[in-house]
This record gives sequence, structure tokens and C-alpha cells, in this order.
Amino acid sequence: MGETRIGVFVCHCGTNIGAYVDVPQVVEYVKGLPNVVHAERNLFTCSEEGISAIKKAITEYNLNRVVVASCTPRTHEPLFRAACEEAGLNKYLFEFVNIRDQCSWVHMRQPEKATEKAKDLIRMGIAKASLLEPLEEVEVQVTPSALVIGGGVVGMNAALNLAEQGLEVQLVEKEKQLGGTLLHIHKLFTTDEEASKLIDPLVQRVKNHSKIKTYLSTKVKSVSGFMGDFNATLDQNGRESNIKVGTIIVATGAEELKPAGQYGYGTLPNVMTQLELEQRMNRGELDGQNVVMINCVGARVPERTYCSGFCCMTAVKNATLIKQSSPEARVWVLHRDLMAYGVEFENYYRRSMEQGVRFIRYGLEKPPEIIGNGKAEKVKVWHQLRGREVELPADMVVLTTPLVPRGDNEEISKMLKVPLSEQGFFLEAHLKLMPVEFATDGIYICGSARWPTDVAGGISQAYAAAAKAAIPMRRGYVKPEAITALVNEDICSGCGTCEPLCPFKAIELQARNGKKVSHVAEAVCKGCGTCSAACPSGAITMNHFRDVEILAQIEALFS
Amino acid sequence: MDNFEPKIVAFLCNWCSYAGADLAGTSRIQYAPNVRSIRVMCSGRVSPTFILKAFSMGADGVLIGGCHFGDCHYIEGNYKAARRIALLKKMLKHLGIEEERLRLEWVSASEGSRFAQVINDMTAKIKELGPFLPQKCSEA
Repeated sequence: MGETRIGVFVCHCGTNIGAYVDVPQVVEYVKGLPNVVHAERNLFTCSEEGISAIKKAITEYNLNRVVVASCTPRTHEPLFRAACEEAGLNKYLFEFVNIRDQCSWVHMRQPEKATEKAKDLIRMGIAKASLLEPLEEVEVQVTPSALVIGGGVVGMNAALNLAEQGLEVQLVEKEKQLGGTLLHIHKLFTTDEEASKLIDPLVQRVKNHSKIKTYLSTKVKSVSGFMGDFNATLDQNGRESNIKVGTIIVATGAEELKPAGQYGYGTLPNVMTQLELEQRMNRGELDGQNVVMINCVGARVPERTYCSGFCCMTAVKNATLIKQSSPEARVWVLHRDLMAYGVEFENYYRRSMEQGVRFIRYGLEKPPEIIGNGKAEKVKVWHQLRGREVELPADMVVLTTPLVPRGDNEEISKMLKVPLSEQGFFLEAHLKLMPVEFATDGIYICGSARWPTDVAGGISQAYAAAAKAAIPMRRGYVKPEAITALVNEDICSGCGTCEPLCPFKAIELQARNGKKVSHVAEAVCKGCGTCSAACPSGAITMNHFRDVEILAQIEALFS
Repeated sequence: MDNFEPKIVAFLCNWCSYAGADLAGTSRIQYAPNVRSIRVMCSGRVSPTFILKAFSMGADGVLIGGCHFGDCHYIEGNYKAARRIALLKKMLKHLGIEEERLRLEWVSASEGSRFAQVINDMTAKIKELGPFLPQKCSEA
């Protein structure tokens, strides 16, 4: 590459930087730093004017490195990288220096200190830029077919969404029929429509769709490969088959907690969960006159601190339906807090009260008590508002329990190398920025497998996951960041320290010329650099964050 | 000693701590201007070499910022960092370097104010300790 020629662009960001950092002084200072052949300041480097200034300078000054000192790489790096590429410079020869979010904005009352810090940071950035190397991204072909695990309302919606876009879908359901949890539900809040009216047409559409292949009574046995090129082995009643897919969507749902031993559940015949009540309602078996529901059974307690979200509305719905079908029935809902956060939920709750359902608040310190001989006959509860104990007649006690992670989550998590949360649900890559994606590229998550959700929320997530999964499949290829680890096989001693450290299993010891050396699968490597930091031989280079680059930043700071 | 302004090198992981530091900025939370950060993709990338280099060049303190346990973008890089830093701290002690000069903190992308707090707190503690004495050894 010959002589290193760096161009530095310092942004005023209007007054955001310019009012606190002495930008002209910084630019003058930068001009005297090694390898800098051009430095300028821009009112907004990200504006059209700023971008064309970068491109012009690359040509005019024959720049082979570009440094922009402005906001943050987390939002603006792609823009400046693109400008470099358009001017014919490899985008990995660009370096970002953050002098706004981490400098001018946080030292507004100390402009001199902020200016001094900006100079230090830019000097460090220039030192790193001098050593940057061009990198090429490998293009990985994407098989235009998705594996959807789970054939409930969420999985089916994801599958249909992809199929309607012309993509192949392999839909795997472990049960004998499609439909998932909704098969057991009577009616849905807040429309009070039969669940079957939603699920039956959906099942028909999935079955009839030419792009969807459904595997019933099937489990995913193993998965290997990476985004664009996954290989999955399916086990259908002991019969194995292999499929190739480009992306994977996890829509395995969750299950209702069965609160064994609590409030006589499992021993008293007329104590049941909401889902069991729904099944009785489905069969038209509602004979009880007086019903007491107890909310938050096994939820928001020390051993299970989370709120399952929608179960309050399930209780409200079922209580109201009972009241509607037999107005003479007395129905109580004992609750701790009542979550009515969704669209129309509060009105739905209010209507329930208007129709005669009684709500009583209880506290964990004085939980309700079941009284009865061989079956629940009464429920005793401390009425917080009245400040005394009340006894409620009960022909039936219904326990409202949260959704809990399915037993096979751990198995699936290990198979796909995607994480589970503390509670055992699947953990997305970022709660807000990447809510339906895993940190592992090409694998997506939706519905209650991620966190308990109601039907509407689950369907929205299914659409989101399908849309995200469709992007690489419709484009046909992916270009993972070239920020990956690289092994120098001549130096590698084959000790294997790196292999178990890699959370993505991208590193494997392989035989080379009679010795074992470490090998990094570039397409699988996510670029964390943990292996590089651990290599006792210094044989692993972490591209774009190389030892020499980071050490140069440190040296520059103290020079 | 009143005029002593420590220089602290901070290695911040891209996904949590660097984002948390950015949030301190967008929230305009003011903190001590003593930190110079170096962005890395993961706290697991921070080799002990970098930390020793910083001290040998004259850093008065070194901060490593990563994601909380369970939040690591690379699943468990922060655990690797925790192991390494724990070991390195023991070594620093033997070398006579005060433990407080090396700090490992988990700061999430949503913890802008916590990031500012960590910086202020660390700056104050190091001001109390005074400059890191072993003379600058530029040939290290």
C-alpha cells in the first residue's frame, strides 16, 4: 500500500460538539500528527456536503485511511464506511472517533478539558487507523427455505407469512396435529370469539399451501451449519430425515404451570387451572354455581418472580363468560395486582365488573385458604379493602397460573447454540434493537417461547420474525462482517486453549502437515476476540481489533 | 496533589458498556473528563497485555466495561473477562499495584447514569491513591 495517507474529518455537529470542543484548534493540532495529510472540519460531516467532502478528499489527497471524529459508530459508522467504499476505499480502512456522545455532551461545563480529551481520542484513532488493513467479506449463499419449529398459532403465522412471499417452509410440530395451545382454549379475550374459529382456518391454509411442508409428531434432532446453510436432522416417530435450510424460526411456545400441591391442586377434584377450566367449558361441562378464581398462583413469588402478563385477562374473560351463561352464579376473582395493559383490556375488565364479577385484592403475606372436606367448599381470604377476613362459597376453585418455559427449551437451546434467560425462556439478541433475533445470525424467535404473550402479541412477533428471516433468503446471500479471528498456522502450537472458549463453536483443531492446528470457520465466527486474547502463542489475529492496533491506541494516548 | 488529574484507560465492549457510555451522552449526564475509551467488540477481547501496557505507559487506572452476566452479545465473553481480570488483579497486587486501579464493571446499554457514576467514583478513588508511580517506561 506504500505510504500511509490519512484524512481526518472533525465534525462540529452544529453546536453539539462545536459549542464545547474548540474544533478549529483540534483540526490545527491534528494536522501535525503522523501520517495525516489532510484535516478539515465540517458543520455536519454526515450531511450530503460532509459526505462529498470525504469522497473528494480521498481522490484529491490520495487518502488510504479515513478518520471521522463525530458522534458514535453505533449509529453513523455504516454511513461513513459507505462513503469510503464509494470513493474506492475499502470500508475497513475507516476509523471512527467518538467526540460527541462520550466527550462534548458529557463535559459541557469543561470546554477546555473536552477539547483536550477530543485531541487525545483523535490521536488514538489516527494511531489505530495507520495500522488498519483492508478486509474482504465472504459471501455466503442462502438456501431460500426456512425451518419453523412449532406449529401453534405463532409458528403457523410465521410459516404462512414466509410461504406467501414465495419461500419454502419446513414446519415441524412435535404433536400429532397443528394448533398448539389454542386447541385447548375455549374463547379468546377481548373478542370472546371461539379459539377454534381462529385456529381451524389457519390449519387449513397451512395444510393447503404448496410452499409449506408440515412434519407432524416430529422433533428436530440436530442442527449444524450457519446462516444461509443450516443442516437439520428431523426425527418423525423414529424415522430420520435431513433437510437444508437458510434460516430457522423458533416458535415452540410455553406451557401452563401446573401448581402441584398448592390450594389443593392435584388432590381436590374441584380445584383446577384456567386451561383445565377452558377445556371443561369447551365440553359444556360447567355445572358449578359459585366460582372462586385465585390469580398469580406460582407467579410473582420469590421462586418465580416474573409476571406472565396476559393471565389476568384470562381470568377476567372466563369469570365473565361464566357469569354470562349463568347470571345467578357468584364469581370472584382474587388478585394481587390486575394487569389490563393491552388494547381494550381496561374496558374489558370494567365490563366484567359491570356484569357482576367481584374482584378482591389479596396480599402474599395473607394468601387465600381453601376450606372443605374432600373437595373445596369455601375460600377464606383477607379482604384488604375491608380489613377483615371473608369466606366465599366455592363450587369450583380455578387457579390462574403463569406460562412457564417448556421442558425441552434447554435441549433446543443447546442444539441451536442460542441462549436462555434466567427464567428459562429463549433470550433475544437485544430487548429493544433486536427483539425477534438471536445473537446467532439466521435464527429468530417469536411468541411465548421468548416470553409469555397473548395471541395478538404472538402473531405480531411471528410477522416480525418472518420478515427478518425473509431478508437474507430473498436477497440470496449474506455478507457477515469481516471482523473475524484468523489463525496463523505457523505459530499455532495446537494447544487447543481457544477451542472450548469459543461460544459459537467456530474453532476446531484440524490436522495440517502432520500437526494439529486451530482453524476458525469464518462464517461462524462472530468476532468477539475472546480466543485472540487467550492464545498463549499469539497466533490468533482478531481482524480490525488486532493487538498492534489496540496497543498503538494505548501508546498514542501517552505519547 | 490537588491538581492531579488521573488518566484512565477504559476498554468498553461495543454492545453494552460502549452503548451505556453513549447513553450518558444522549442524556447529557456530566462526569469526570479523565477517561479515554477504546472500543472493543467484547470484554473477552481485552488481553492482560493491553492492561499491563496501559499501566506501563503511565495510566493511573484501567477500566474494563462489559455486559452483565447473561447479557453478553457473544453469550459468555464477559465470563472469560471476569476470570482473567480476577487473576490479573492478584498478579498486580504482587507487583505492588493497588487493586483499585484496575476495575471491571458491568454496564448495560441502558445504564448511562451508572456509567457516569462508575467513572466519577473511579476518578475520585484514584485521585485519593495519587498518580501511578512506576515511572513511564516507554520501551515496555
